[in-house]
Amino acid sequence: MRSSARTVTIFVVLAALAAVPPVAALLGQPFYLDLFRRIMIFAIAALSLNLILGYGGMVSFGHAAYLGIGGYAVGILAHHGIHDGFVQFGAAIVASAAVALVIGAISIRTSGVYFIMITLAFTQMLFYLGISLDEYGGDDGMRLAAHTRFAGLLDLRDPTPFYYFVLVILAGLLYLVHRLVGSRFGIVLRATKSNEARTRAIGFSPYLYKLAAFVIAGAMCGVAGALFVNQTAYLTPAFMSWTRSGEIMFMVILGGMATLIGPVLGAAALLLLEDLLQSWTEHWQIILGPVLVLVVLFAKRGLAGLLPGGRRHE
Amino acid sequence: MNLVLFLEQALNGLQLGVMLFLMAAGLTLVFGIMNLVNLAHGSLYMVGAYLSVALFKLTGSYLLAVPLALVGTLAVGMIVELVALRTLYERDHLDQVLATFGLILFFNELVAILWGRAALYTTLPEWLSGQLELFAGVRYPTYRAAIIAVGLAVAVLLWYVVTRTRLGMLIRAGASNRTMVAALGINIRLLYTVVFGFGAALAGLAGLMAGPIYTVQPGMGEDVLIEVFVVIVIGGIGSIRGALAGALIVGMVDTLGRAFLKPALATIVSPTAAEAAGPALASMLIYLLMAAVLAVRPAGLFPPRG
Amino acid sequence: MSEQAPLLHVDSLSKAFGALRATDQVTLEVRAGETHAIIGPNGAGKTTLIGQLAGNLQPDSGHIRFAGEDITRLAPPARSRKGLARSFQITSVYRDFTALDNVALAVQAHSGSSFRFWRPARRDRTLREPARTILDEVGLGGRADVLAANLAHGEQRQLEIAMVLATRPRLMLLDEPMAGMGTDESQRIVRFLGSLKGRHTMILVEHDMDAVFALADRISVLVYGRIVATGTPAEIRANPEVRSAYLGEDES
Repeated sequence: MRSSARTVTIFVVLAALAAVPPVAALLGQPFYLDLFRRIMIFAIAALSLNLILGYGGMVSFGHAAYLGIGGYAVGILAHHGIHDGFVQFGAAIVASAAVALVIGAISIRTSGVYFIMITLAFTQMLFYLGISLDEYGGDDGMRLAAHTRFAGLLDLRDPTPFYYFVLVILAGLLYLVHRLVGSRFGIVLRATKSNEARTRAIGFSPYLYKLAAFVIAGAMCGVAGALFVNQTAYLTPAFMSWTRSGEIMFMVILGGMATLIGPVLGAAALLLLEDLLQSWTEHWQIILGPVLVLVVLFAKRGLAGLLPGGRRHE
Repeated sequence: MNLVLFLEQALNGLQLGVMLFLMAAGLTLVFGIMNLVNLAHGSLYMVGAYLSVALFKLTGSYLLAVPLALVGTLAVGMIVELVALRTLYERDHLDQVLATFGLILFFNELVAILWGRAALYTTLPEWLSGQLELFAGVRYPTYRAAIIAVGLAVAVLLWYVVTRTRLGMLIRAGASNRTMVAALGINIRLLYTVVFGFGAALAGLAGLMAGPIYTVQPGMGEDVLIEVFVVIVIGGIGSIRGALAGALIVGMVDTLGRAFLKPALATIVSPTAAEAAGPALASMLIYLLMAAVLAVRPAGLFPPRG
Repeated sequence: MSEQAPLLHVDSLSKAFGALRATDQVTLEVRAGETHAIIGPNGAGKTTLIGQLAGNLQPDSGHIRFAGEDITRLAPPARSRKGLARSFQITSVYRDFTALDNVALAVQAHSGSSFRFWRPARRDRTLREPARTILDEVGLGGRADVLAANLAHGEQRQLEIAMVLATRPRLMLLDEPMAGMGTDESQRIVRFLGSLKGRHTMILVEHDMDAVFALADRISVLVYGRIVATGTPAEIRANPEVRSAYLGEDES
C-alpha cells in the first residue's frame, strides 16, 4: 500500500532527526545540532504554509508575518520579564491566530493575483510596524531577554532539550496536519483547490473553510516563530521580511506541495543548500536565485515525488 | 500647519504618485496582456537607478546618462524576457511568483557585486538642482517638479497610445481575448515582447528619476514594488486608469500621512502618545487604506471593463 | 395532470450584454416530477439562461422562484443546499480525485457539517456507501477507484450526473449531459435518465433531438433569448415557428 511507504518515510526522517544530537556530540560538532534544529523550525513554518498553499491552493506570499508575530509575542513578553513558556507560546498562538483572522477575512474575499499582492502588502505593513517599535529594538531588533522556560520542566536555553522539544512539536504537528487534511474539513479544502466552481455547485461555500485553514496555518507558524526567536536569541523585524516569505514558499515547493514530508524535506534542502553556498561565497544569493528559477521551471514536483510511494496524499 | 507647507507636501505626494504610476502602469499592462505576475519589475526599477547613477559618474553628462540608462534597462528587460520569462506565460501565477522571486535575488546580488551594498549617492546637474518659484510663494525643487512634468507627460502618452493607436487597440484586445488576437494572425510573441519592453522602460524611467532623491541600494526595488501592489489593488488590476487613480491616491495619502499624521494626532491625544504612535501609524496608512478599499470594493476602484 | 404550484417558476427573466439581449423576458414553469427540455439553436442564449438558473449569473430583471421561494439573488452553493443541482456542459469534476471521492464529496455537502477536523472522511461509511450506490446506479460501479482524470469522456459525463444525484436534488439542471458522446453511450444515458423520470424533476438542455423527444414531457424553445414556444413534444414538432427557426429540413 502506497500510504505505508510514505508513513515509513516519515518515521525514518523523524528517527534520523532524533539521532542528530548524539551523533553531533560524537563528532564533536555542536553546529549540526543548531543547524538541524533550525531546519525543523522552518519545517514547521513550511508545514503550516503547505496547509493553505499545497492543500488549499492559496498563494499566500506573506506567511512570514506569523513567524514574526510569534517571535515578537515571546520577545516582548520576555522583555517585560515574563518567561513562562505556557504564557509565551499561548500568546504567540493567540496573536498569530487573531492577526490571521483579520488578514484572512479581508484577503480571502479576493483570489488569484490580488490575493498574492494583498497578503504580501499586509506582511510588509507588519514589517514596517515592527521597525517602528522603538521600545523593542525597532529596525535593529533586540536580544531575547531570556530563553523560554516551562515551569521547571524545560529551559530552552539548554541546546539538546530544546532540540527534542522542537522535534516533538514537529512530530505532533505533522500528525495534526495529517488528520486535518484527511478530515471532512480537509477534503473540502482540497476540493476547493482542485475545482472551486464544482465545489460551490455541490453546495459548499468555500470562504469559511479557507479562512479556518488560514487561521490554523497562521497559528502554527506563530509556534514556529516562538521557537525561532529562542533559536536565534534575537528578535528583529527581518523575521517578517518578504524574502523570508519567499524562502518558506520555496521550501514548500522544493519539498513537494500537498505532501506531509515535503515541508521537512524542503526546509532541509533549502537550508542545507544555503549553508553550502554561503561557505563558498558571500554572494551566494546570485547562485541561489537562478537555482530557484530552474527548480520552478523544471522540478516542480519537488523532492517528495522522488520517494517511494509517490506523491498523492492518501 | 501652514498652507505653504501643506502645498509643498501635496506636491511631494503628487511626485510620489506619478512615480508609482509609472511602475504601476508597466506592471498592470504586463499582467493585463500577458497574465504575468512579474515580481522582478522592481529589479528593473533598481537597474534604471543604478545605470543612471553609474553613467552620470562615468560621462559627467546627465543628458547622456538618462537615455543610455533607459536603453540599458530596456535591454536588460528584453534579455530577462527572452531567457526566463517566455516560459512563464503558460504557467500559473504561483510559478511566476516563485521564478521572478529567484530573479530578484539574482539582481539584488548582482548589483551588490558590481556596486557594493552601501547606498549610492549622486548629484544633480546644475540646471536641475535649483528651486522653482511657484504660486502663492511656494518654492519647489526644480527636479521634483520635472519628475511631475515627465510623469504626467507619460500618462498622457500612454492614454494616447492605448486609446488612439493600433498598438493600443491590440493591447486592449489582447487583454480581453488572447486567443482571438492570436487567431487574427497577429504575432502574439512580438506583441508580448513589445508590451514587456514598454513596461521595462517605464520601470527604468521611474528608477532613473528616483536615483537622485531616493536611496540607491540593493533591494530598493522591492520596497517600491510592494507599494505598487497596493496601488494596483486599490486602483484595480489591468486598468491604466486604475493605476493612475491608485497611484495618486497612494502617493498623496502616504506623503501627507507621514508629514501630518503625528501633529494631527497630537491635537487629539497626548504629544508623547502621538510621538510613539504617529510614525508607526503613518507607515501603515496606505495598507489600512488598501484594506478599507477592499472591504467595499474587492475588485478595486476602477476594474477594467469586460 | 393535476394542477399544482410549479416547482420552478421563472418570471420575465432578462439579461443583456451591452446591446445583446441574451435572455429576453423568459418565463417558464417546471412542475414537480416533470422532465422539461430547453432547446434552441446555437447562440440562443441557453448557456446564459442556465447560468442564471444555477446562480452563476445575475439577471438584470425578473425573478426565479423555487418551491415558492425567491432565489434570484442566491449564490450557487445556497441553491444547491435548497435542492437545485446542476451538471456542467463542459465536464467539471475533481480530476485528481477518484470517482468515488467525487461522489462522496457531493454526498458530504449534504450530510451535515463539514467543519469536522479529525475523523478521516474517506473512512466515513455514511458518505462512502451512498456514493457507491449512486455510482452503481449510473453504471460506474466498477470504476469507483479510478482517478476522474483517467475516466473516458463518456464516463466523466456519467460522473457529472452521479454528483448531481448525490446531492439529493429536488430539481436537476442538466446542461447537455450527452455532450461529446458517441451514439451507444448517449443511448445508455438516455435510458438511465429515462429511469429517473417521474421520480426526479429535470430540466434538460440538449442538442440531441432523439434524446429530447424520448425524455421530455414538455419542451421550451429558446431563440435569440426568447421563449418562442412551450408544449408537449408533439405540439413542438408541429409548431411552424419552431420548425422554421430551428428544426430545419431533416426532422420529420
